[in-house]
Amino acid sequence: MYVDRRVAPPILSVSGFMDPSLPAKPMTRRFFLRVSSATLLAAPLFQPLPALAGTWRFFDETEAATIVALCERIVPADEDPGATWAGVVQFIDRKLTGYYHRYQQLYRLGLQGVHQSSLALFGKAFVDLSGVQQDDLLRKLESNQAPGNIWKQVSATEFFDRLVDHTIQGFYGGPRHGGNRDAVSWRMLGLPTAPVRSRRPLTAPWSTTPNPPTIKL
Amino acid sequence: MKIKHVNVVVIGSGAGGGVVAKELAEAGLDVVLLERGRWVTPDQERKDDLRNQRTTVLGPSCGPDEDKEPRVFVDPEGREQIVWPADGAYNNNAACVGGGTVSYGAMAWRYMAQDFQMKSLYGVPAGSTLDDWPITYADLEPFYEKAENEIGVSGDVTPDPFKAPRRHPLPMPPLPDSRETQILKPAAQRLGWHPFYIPMLRNTVPYNGRPGCMRCRWCCGFVCECDAKNGTQNTVIRTALASGHCELRTHCIVAGITLDTKGRAKAVEYFDAQNHRQTQTADLVVVSGGAIESARLLLNSPSALFPQGLGNRFDWVGRNLQGHAYSGAFGLFDHDVYDDLGPGAEIAICDFNHGNPGLVGGMLLANEFCRLPYQVANMAPLGIPRWGKAHKDYMRTWFRRSIVIMGPSQEMPVFSSRVQVDPKVKDYWGIPVARLSGVDHPHNIELCKFASDKAELWLKEAGAIQVTRRQKTQSWLSAGQHQAGTCRMGNDPKTSVVDKHCKLHDVDNLFVVDASVHANNGGFNPVLTIMAVAYYASDYIKRAWPGGGLR
Repeated sequence: MYVDRRVAPPILSVSGFMDPSLPAKPMTRRFFLRVSSATLLAAPLFQPLPALAGTWRFFDETEAATIVALCERIVPADEDPGATWAGVVQFIDRKLTGYYHRYQQLYRLGLQGVHQSSLALFGKAFVDLSGVQQDDLLRKLESNQAPGNIWKQVSATEFFDRLVDHTIQGFYGGPRHGGNRDAVSWRMLGLPTAPVRSRRPLTAPWSTTPNPPTIKL
Repeated sequence: MKIKHVNVVVIGSGAGGGVVAKELAEAGLDVVLLERGRWVTPDQERKDDLRNQRTTVLGPSCGPDEDKEPRVFVDPEGREQIVWPADGAYNNNAACVGGGTVSYGAMAWRYMAQDFQMKSLYGVPAGSTLDDWPITYADLEPFYEKAENEIGVSGDVTPDPFKAPRRHPLPMPPLPDSRETQILKPAAQRLGWHPFYIPMLRNTVPYNGRPGCMRCRWCCGFVCECDAKNGTQNTVIRTALASGHCELRTHCIVAGITLDTKGRAKAVEYFDAQNHRQTQTADLVVVSGGAIESARLLLNSPSALFPQGLGNRFDWVGRNLQGHAYSGAFGLFDHDVYDDLGPGAEIAICDFNHGNPGLVGGMLLANEFCRLPYQVANMAPLGIPRWGKAHKDYMRTWFRRSIVIMGPSQEMPVFSSRVQVDPKVKDYWGIPVARLSGVDHPHNIELCKFASDKAELWLKEAGAIQVTRRQKTQSWLSAGQHQAGTCRMGNDPKTSVVDKHCKLHDVDNLFVVDASVHANNGGFNPVLTIMAVAYYASDYIKRAWPGGGLR
């Protein structure tokens, strides 16, 4: 079963707790904890992803908007959700401050370059272009023919190749890295999620082999 | 503090070193097993499509350390670059307790009798250093069998008429047929081929106190979550440690081997887990670091007697670096062929390992391990864009309807394809790093084309409606996880590095036990041969030890 976070969960009512018309119940510690944690945690946990804007680790708001639009052309939503819904940009953002920090400059300049090219070709920001125009620009990046000074500092093709690869990673990789939300791409392909059994210690509990003694010669 | 003298130091705990440590510790010798990596467990390294030994986009899960151990790669045009473990050009295998056997796909092939006599059978192709092994299949047969039983192999090779003679069947049966097997097996039979179940170092039934395979798709490249995959880390190394005669030291980076005045190995210099330099003296040193690291270590151990590196009087250490080029085909079917049952690879043929007209050697062909969505996303046939709705449609169309057949082509060793130590670049501990250069033999391209032809034929017979060839088209340095050949085994000290017992020609008490010694790497995954050679060399060491031959 997958939790579909697109549907907002019913708001947990705590009014009964305060309602004077109900018979007074002694407030047990357990009950208090359940109610308070539900109230405190429900809101942030179940907010849909777009509402998390402003919490980017690497991108600023303009950059984030551009990259959302770029990724959505690379894996567009159709009968199945696309890159945005799957959290691909969250994946890229997270990795750029972690394992992919070596690509920070490439993304900074690349996104400026996309803006330049977009203005030069269509006189508008990338996010304001039509889908056809956006694809047109992406093909120009792919073939290294996009206009703009920035592309003299950084290769458009290299930026495009990285962006496509990272988008594919975020969409088709494991959900634990922030992309592929709710295993959406695996569901699209008809794949079950990882049957992870548990976190096992070094010696599996069913094993008849005991952990060997650690010796020092 | 001076470390206590021991009988044996084994450097590297992979397929070769793990076996040697166990054999010698059980014989009562005090063994120190040095490993540069750590214990890797499935609770630390999860089923992660992006971080594993196969895709490595977020790094390798089984080592080596990503910011400490670079290599230098020289491409065919002569351009040098510094590469890191996650890069393809690094030719990484693994660095952890158990080495590559923790994360391998675990195919457990015996080489065929012909693979040990390639020069006698085929002559030497121009530009190659193809040679016979100094030992034959018959010498190794008992040790193949020992490896199959002690470490644990499943499968059924009885329908294979081309296999070398064997005395006993495999200890475990194959897994039940997957959907791919149900399709491919009858197709191969219709073609007159001889399909059979791949021997695998994987429990299909409870064996050695561990359970059978849970059949998930995270197999080749991953740490087995239910411990059904048999590596040295959960078999022989455990036995070695339990014997009370073996001490395993993890996170130990070996810098060099020192000799005494008589030219015998005296001690191993290494950096321990706290990065302190240590000296471990021993009567016997066994180098099992894999073809790249073993050669690097020997070359990094020059002395007055061997100014060019240990055992390198004739410039053969690090030469003949080889691996396997994989080629085959990718077929689309009009029906669902995917059942999400691991390990994926199950059915193989050895009809084309030898006797191919006009070709030297050959390859096995088998269906491929389970593909992860990220991998399939990068396998789009020519003409399908890498992005956009067309790519998404490709994923939806092909993922559950495709079968991949691949095989490791037997490589002709090339003298100029080699490991050196880089004159400038050093690792975190200040040790010169491995420098990889050269390209593989042009004959490999012909072999790969042949492999793709046969794979295409097989897929079409099985009913594929569209077949895309996955074929090597240009020469490239070949090493990777099947790296081999850099300390060749031979009878002539001028054209090899170790003798037929894996002992360095020039040093009485130094052995190299890993795929480095393979004179030829066969058309098969090499791990069971590494294990068999390790049992074979250990047998020699145990027999030679009390008689004083080694002291």
